[in-house]
Amino acid sequence: MENQQITDALQAQFGADAVYGVTESHGILQFTTGVDNIVPMLHFLYAHPEFKFQFLTDLAGIHFPDAKGQELGVIYHVHSLENNVRLMIKAYAPIDAPHFPTITGLYAAANWMEREAFDFYGILFDGHPNLTRILNMDEMDYHPMRKEYPLEDATRHDKIDELFGR
Amino acid sequence: MSEVALVNNPNVGLDKTQKGGPYVNELSTLNLGPTHPATHGIFQNILTMDGETIVDAEQTVGYIHRAFEKIAERRPFYQITTLTDRMNYCSAPINNMGWHMTVEKLLGIEVPKRAQYMRVIMMELARLTDHIVCNSILAVDTGALTGFLYVYQWREFIYEIYEEMCGARLTTNMGRFGGMERDFTPVAIEKIHKLLKELPAALKEFEGMVMRNRIFMDRTQNVGGISAERALNYGFTGPNLRAAGVDYDVRAMNPYSSYEDFEFDVPVGTKGDTYDRFLVREEEMWQSLRIIQQAIDNLPEGPYHADAPHYYLPNKQDVYHNMEALIYHFKIVMGEIDAPVGEVYHSVEGGNGELGFYLVSDGGRTPYRLKFRRPGYIYYQAFPEMIKGTTLSDAIVTMSSMNVIAGELDT
Repeated sequence: MENQQITDALQAQFGADAVYGVTESHGILQFTTGVDNIVPMLHFLYAHPEFKFQFLTDLAGIHFPDAKGQELGVIYHVHSLENNVRLMIKAYAPIDAPHFPTITGLYAAANWMEREAFDFYGILFDGHPNLTRILNMDEMDYHPMRKEYPLEDATRHDKIDELFGR
Repeated sequence: MSEVALVNNPNVGLDKTQKGGPYVNELSTLNLGPTHPATHGIFQNILTMDGETIVDAEQTVGYIHRAFEKIAERRPFYQITTLTDRMNYCSAPINNMGWHMTVEKLLGIEVPKRAQYMRVIMMELARLTDHIVCNSILAVDTGALTGFLYVYQWREFIYEIYEEMCGARLTTNMGRFGGMERDFTPVAIEKIHKLLKELPAALKEFEGMVMRNRIFMDRTQNVGGISAERALNYGFTGPNLRAAGVDYDVRAMNPYSSYEDFEFDVPVGTKGDTYDRFLVREEEMWQSLRIIQQAIDNLPEGPYHADAPHYYLPNKQDVYHNMEALIYHFKIVMGEIDAPVGEVYHSVEGGNGELGFYLVSDGGRTPYRLKFRRPGYIYYQAFPEMIKGTTLSDAIVTMSSMNVIAGELDT
């Protein structure tokens, strides 16, 4: 099973513009798609008689503050154990309405992964059975992994990048 | 049996249509944790009990969350190794080396064969400690303390080998980008040979006491089982998945660090219950010993680290007498060296499953985004499903056999 086969099959099913930004990172196929395509695409890959992407390895949120209109992203890592092929699907949404569909209906493992992405990035997974904070405390009123929250105290003077030629 | 009014418990999202109802007794709420001696870590489970039977469980995690992924976004790559130690602290060298291999993949560093074999040895020793802890503590949780003492001294002995290789015992920070920090010392080699010679006897003794013990079998067989389909759907990996009958092992499927050179079997179970998880871990310990034996017998000659001066700290002697070494030393320690732009996913077979690192680099000195795929975090969410309909004592051994490590769960 070649990576090209996967993109061809997806483009035949969902249209040529549904799969873009196709790259390969150390043998793992990566591409970007629209938020609306996530659920049908994962169902298609899950049920496909040859591909069988039936294992959700991980789900990672990411924040690009400079990408206007698509600041928040989700990266789905799926794995076809039968073919031993991995795949990364990315999708982006604007930060003021970061709505993604939930995939808990397909993978039970997605439950806590989506809660983690919500907790740290504020990504809203529509249809999730229990979208609450998981690792941080419930009273927290911000999403700490977003880039606008610096890790260190900004008033510290011993770690200014300029002093180190950075 | 007359109809009993159900207690409306606001803490638990109770589905009254599930199996087990109508309930015999009035439902009661029981807090298992956050600190409970039998959970080996800080986990809270709010159990809804129907008499002695568990009807539902709600888990709370995050008690020791330390924001590793956020911290990693500010740290140079080599300083992140110390964060990985503190995830699955029962097998820290696997975490360290998984992270090193991820960065080497990004940087394109080729690691010499000797360093790869040394890594394999250290990783398998770590797997041994991990499984020794899990299995012997499972025996303790069922009431058998003696077997634990027999094998635990060998975990201590493996920690002495760690000390020889990196100076630390638990949070090892072992190795560097490009290979190992130091070569095997004669003491380390001697200790590994001693371990290979004497651990089998202790392991056999332990197995003789526990494996076919009637009490142990009654406590663990058909307890906390999960089918292969559900386990895959829940993202199980490692011994827990193999106990359910799926032979997915990262070492065999996507070999890294020369695992393809070694002969080993991937044991699988059939039922996915507590007893199967125990058996799979026992067999994996034998396979680990087999791998270590092959690696130490065929340990290649040559350098124990790659020639990567930008990332590998120079010899301390050179730092004092060699200008270039001094410059590199300074630049590495201060984290001045930028990594190339790229995206890498790398996974290793950790002590309890597929430990993955998803690294996004924007060309800076720190990762732009680093996501740890912690196996324990992903499979622990199946716990309520696995203990539904069982008793509290079964829940304890189920949790014990799942090898949930609090540090890894909460990053």
